[in-house]
This record gives sequence, structure tokens and C-alpha cells, in this order.
Amino acid sequence: MQLWLIPLLPLAGFAVNGLLGRRLPKAAINAVAVGSVLLSFLWVLKTLSALGVFGGGHPLEHAYTEHYYTWIQSGMLNISVDFAIDRLTAVMLMIVTGVGFLIHVYSVGYMAHEGGYYRFFAYLNLFMFFMLVLVLAANFLLLFVGWEGVGLCSYLLIGFYFTEKFATDAGNKAFIVNRIGDFGFSLAVFLIVIHFGSLDFGTVFGKVQGMPVESSAGWMTAIALLLFVGAVGKSAQIPLYVWLPDAMAGPTPVSALIHAATMVTAGVYMVTRSSSIFLHAHGALEVVAIIGLATAFFSATVGLAQTDIKKVYAYSTVSQLGYMFLGLGTGAFSAGIFHVMTHAFFKALLFLGAGSVIHAMSGEQDLRKMGGLRKYTPITFWTLLCASMAISGVPFLSGYFSKDAILASAYDYAPWMYWVGVFTAGMTAFYVFRAFFMAFFGEPRWKTAEHHADGHSEPDAHGHGHGGPHESPASMWIPLAILAVLSLVGGYINIPKWLEPMFKVPEEAPGIPWTALVSVAAGLIGIGLAAWFYLISPNVPEGLARTFSTPYRWIYNKYFVDEFYDSLVVEPMVDGSRSLLWRVVDVGSIDGIVNGTGKTARNIGGLLKRIQSGSIRSYAAWVVLGSIVVIIAITMAGGVR
Amino acid sequence: MPALPPSVPLSWYLTLSLILFVLGIAGFLFRRNIITVFMSIELMLNAVNLSFITFSYKLKQVDGHIFSFFVMVVAAAEAAVGLAIILTVFKNRQTLEIDELSSLKN
Repeated sequence: MQLWLIPLLPLAGFAVNGLLGRRLPKAAINAVAVGSVLLSFLWVLKTLSALGVFGGGHPLEHAYTEHYYTWIQSGMLNISVDFAIDRLTAVMLMIVTGVGFLIHVYSVGYMAHEGGYYRFFAYLNLFMFFMLVLVLAANFLLLFVGWEGVGLCSYLLIGFYFTEKFATDAGNKAFIVNRIGDFGFSLAVFLIVIHFGSLDFGTVFGKVQGMPVESSAGWMTAIALLLFVGAVGKSAQIPLYVWLPDAMAGPTPVSALIHAATMVTAGVYMVTRSSSIFLHAHGALEVVAIIGLATAFFSATVGLAQTDIKKVYAYSTVSQLGYMFLGLGTGAFSAGIFHVMTHAFFKALLFLGAGSVIHAMSGEQDLRKMGGLRKYTPITFWTLLCASMAISGVPFLSGYFSKDAILASAYDYAPWMYWVGVFTAGMTAFYVFRAFFMAFFGEPRWKTAEHHADGHSEPDAHGHGHGGPHESPASMWIPLAILAVLSLVGGYINIPKWLEPMFKVPEEAPGIPWTALVSVAAGLIGIGLAAWFYLISPNVPEGLARTFSTPYRWIYNKYFVDEFYDSLVVEPMVDGSRSLLWRVVDVGSIDGIVNGTGKTARNIGGLLKRIQSGSIRSYAAWVVLGSIVVIIAITMAGGVR
Repeated sequence: MPALPPSVPLSWYLTLSLILFVLGIAGFLFRRNIITVFMSIELMLNAVNLSFITFSYKLKQVDGHIFSFFVMVVAAAEAAVGLAIILTVFKNRQTLEIDELSSLKN
């Protein structure tokens, strides 16, 4: 079935653009970058149809595995490079290549005026390669390769505007925070090797399923929690979510592809993939659910007061990822993956729409300086409306189905979780529509600020100087339109039913359950409040902010979490490094050892250099003398024999 | 005049080889012209070749012949490289006096 072709096509695109891109014309770069992802997408379609996915019957009940070669063979441990495809992988492949392709097309328009054009597309293709390896991997180590690779590409793309200090800082932050999670993940992998003697998904999960829950006392929970630490880092959950909002320093298509649609859902995918470990680990799923719920709630509150359009959507992403983990934690794995898919549609659309707005505003990201854009960018307006409604859970749009599947599962698990989730859904609707109304309705606030110099120093500053907002080119709005359609109807792709052979779905009562009605009501109330605050009486939010000035200040400053981490972790580490590690350990010991070695060698050399007299005849004498000594020695020792 | 032995005995060859070798060493050590030193080295190589051939003849084995061919090949290569070096040295220094070529001291 040639599964290897799926990730290898973007890798080839990376190689071409990365090595030759500097000399290629833009059209060729576009063709290679977009074409390779398109081919990869088509190959996914072909593979899936060859496996009978689009026909009837029961395709892919068991994983289809391809073995390529043995990578590591050491004692009992045998790790090979295998790709496997099962129902879960099929969903992820469609999301990654499909949404990835649309975002590549969008990037052609968005990045048209940027420097480093070929570099951008090379990184983007490399990201696609690693993401596809992550999804296709049939063992933990290969998954880890993809996992680290997407982290690398994320770092490279966040710091794409490497002349800006905040962008490189954000890249470093993402990379370093992810180190914590990856450390947990690698510990989990070691534990799996110790306890199962294999890293193969089939072998490990088969062994797990054969075990009774009680027999695996502590270590199974340890494995599950360490895996979850990895997921917390990659999928930006409390307490490691801080990197994701800063990651918005990268170009907007990157935010859409990596930090909304695909990479950040890798944690969800990994936990889902390891579901049998989590189900056999006592207490692990509770932790997942609680962390997910807390993340969903707290980042939603932060999203209420952000003024940067991309920051609003970033916190929204963190919040939605929290929802996914809430779903996984309450046992609804398929609902979590369902939400991964619908979220990929509407959140990619939100970000791309935000990019289109930023493009229209020539680089302005501050919602307070937008307004009234509806007339100037009608396509962006309508597509963003679709996405905002989908994420708010408006009935029969994609977000409604997946979110309610998660909330229903949360209600069965613990009603208080459901109510917190519903409240969060209300807040989600509020802040998304707040951003929407602030950007598209009301009086234009940009006329005054249009020619401000700071508008062009923003990370996404575009070089073109023509005044006034304008609609984006076709290469940008066509992907928007496709994603809008997917956001509207994506909920009818019944992922939970598709995944049923892998994850049991609880019996659903006929009709619309009241839990769904309540969450829809919460969403509509949120939209209504946003409309009231930002359309009808724009003075209300200011008054509220003044009345509740202390909570507002906390939310506006993101609960001072960054400052807290700075003073708790970063500053002690910097101080300790500076005073102890640098002055004492590095200068004293390490430099001392290195310099000491050099000095010793030099002293010995100073003694030995006297032998080198430069007089050839003395060398000759030495040679003869040496030969004589050797001959005598051999003779004394009794000859050659 | 003493009667010559019916064939030249082995020891004569070996003695000749030894004499040639010692002459080579002496030239190697005491001559001051590089070319002469170089020729002394060639002389030593050929002395060794002679003893190889002698033993090869005595032991009725072909190994010694092979070795002596190798030595000749290496000596030819060495002569090419060595003479090239000597030419260059002379071009740069206008001398072949071995004691004056001591700039690699220390």
C-alpha cells in the first residue's frame, strides 16, 4: 500500500525547497510546497479507498501495518520502523493532510510579500512530514520521532521572524516548555520498555488488555501519568500551556496549522492511542479530566479580556484542547477525536480568517483598532461568522455535535464537570463573538490609527503601503470558503460511530438530550451578551471592567502566570546559573580542567621539542642508533621466533 | 693463487651485502651533500635486496624475490619523490649542504 509515500512526499518538498529554494522562482516554490502536500493528501485518499474505507462493509477493523526495516535491535528489545493505519490514524491523516493542504494554499497568498518565502514553505513541508510520521507510527519510539520533529518545526516557525526578539523568545519558550513534557514522555517510554519489553503498539496494548486492572498497581498509573505529562506539554494544558499564546508570534498560517489544527492535538491523539493504558491505570483518567476541565475554564476566562485577535483565538485553542482532554478523561475517547476534527476545521478557519483580517489591516492585530470591516472584507466576514458559530456550539454546526458528545460524557461522569463545561461553553461563545463584533461591526476605529508607525512593526507587517482595508486574494479566501463549509457540515461526519470498533460509545437516548439543550442555551446566551456589550451598548464592558477592576486586571494580565513562572522558575535558574554554574562550575572547574589539559600538553611538548634539533644528520644518527637498539633487544629476547 | 670453489658460497654474498649496508650507513651518517645521503639510502636498500635474493636462492623459496621487487618499486617511488623534494630545496635555498637545512629546529 506504500504508506511511506504519505510522509515522504512533503519531505521531498522540504528537500527541494530547503536546498534549492533560494534560487527558485516563487511559482516553483509554490508548486513544490503545495503540490507535495496535495499529492500526499491524494495518496491518503487512494490508500484509504484501497482499504475500503469509502465503500460499505466494515473496513479497517484491524490495523493495517507495513514493516520497513529493523531500526534498533538490542537484546530482547526490537524496534522497527513500521507504519500502521487503523481507524484512528485514518481520521488523523485526513485532518492533517486535508487541512494542511488548505493552509498551504492560503499561505501562498498570505506570505506573498514576506521575506524568506522558500524557508517558510520548507519548514511547513518538514512539519507535515513529521506530523504524518507521528500519526502513522506503529510504535512509541517512532511516534516520539515525529513528536520531537513537530516540536522542532514549531520552534523554527514561531521564530520565523528571527530579527524580532519577541519572536525568537517565543520560539525558545515553546521549545523549552515542551522539553518538560517530552521528558515525561521519554520516561514513560522507558517504563514501557521495562515492563513490556516492547514499544510496538500492538504488542504493548495487547499485553495491557490481558491484565486485570488491579494487578498493575503503581507503575501503570506512572506510565499513564508520564505519557499525560508529554501530552500536557504538547497540547498546552495547565500548567504548561504558557507557550501557546506566545507562539502566536509566528506567521498566522503557522498558528492555524501547527498551533490550532494539528500539532497541538498530537497530545490528544497520543492519549487516545494509549487509551488501553489509561483505562487500566487507576486514577489516571481522573487527572486527565480534571486538568482538561481546569484548562478549559481558566483559559476561557483569560480569553474574555484579550485585545489581540490572535491572542483571543490562542486562549480559545487552549480552552478547546482542555475540552478534548475532558472528553478523554471522562472516557469518551471518540468524542475527543471528534472534537479534534471539528476543532481543526473551525479553529483553522478562525486563525486564517484572523490572518485575512490582519492582512486587510496591513498588519494590525489589535481589536481596539479595528471595527466596521464588514463592508471591506465580506468573504472574511461570512467565513468567520461560520467559524464563530461553529465554535459557539450553535445547533447543527460542527462544534455542536462534538462539544455535546464531550459534555454528555462529562455529565455521566460527574455532573459538576458538566456544569463547569457548560459555563465555559458560554464564555467561549462570548469571547469569540466579542472578537467578531469588535472586528467587523461598529465604527471603524482604524481611520485614525491607519498611518501609525507601530502598525507596521507588528510581526505580521505586510510590506504593501496602499491605504484602507481590502479583501484578500483568491488563494486566501478559497481555503476560507472550503473550511467554512466544513465547519458548517463537519459534524455530520460521524466520527464516534466510525471509531466504535476501537472505543465503545455509550448508548444514546433518542432525540436531543437536555444536556445538549442547556449547552446550546449557554452558547446562545454568550453570543447574546457579546452582541449586547459590543453592538448595542458599547459602554457596558468598560463599566463592568471598572466595577470589577480587580478580577478584570487579573484576567487581562492572564492571572500573572507568566510573571509567576518567571519569579519561581526562570529567575532562580538564571541567577543560579550566573552565580554558581557560570562563575564557579564553568570558570572554575570545567575551564580549569580544559585549560589544565592544554597547559600540561604544552609543558611536555616544551621538554620534548629539544629533541627536534633541525639537524638532519643527528636524526640520521638517531635512526641508526634506534635500529641498533631494536636489533639488540630482539636478539636478547631470543630472536624473532 | 688459491683454487676457487666450484660455486660462489653463500657467505660471500652475505658478506658483500653487509659491506654494502655498512657503507650505506656510513654515507648516510657522515656525508654532507643531500644527494649523497640519498644515494646511501638507495645503497642500503640494495644491500638488503641482495641478502633477500641470497636467502631466497638458498631456501628455494620465491618470497625473497617478491620482497626484493617490492623494495625496488618502493625505492623507485621514493627516488621520484625524494629527488623532487631535493630539487625544490635547492631552488629555494641554493644549497644542498645538509647542516644548513635546519629551519625546522624546535
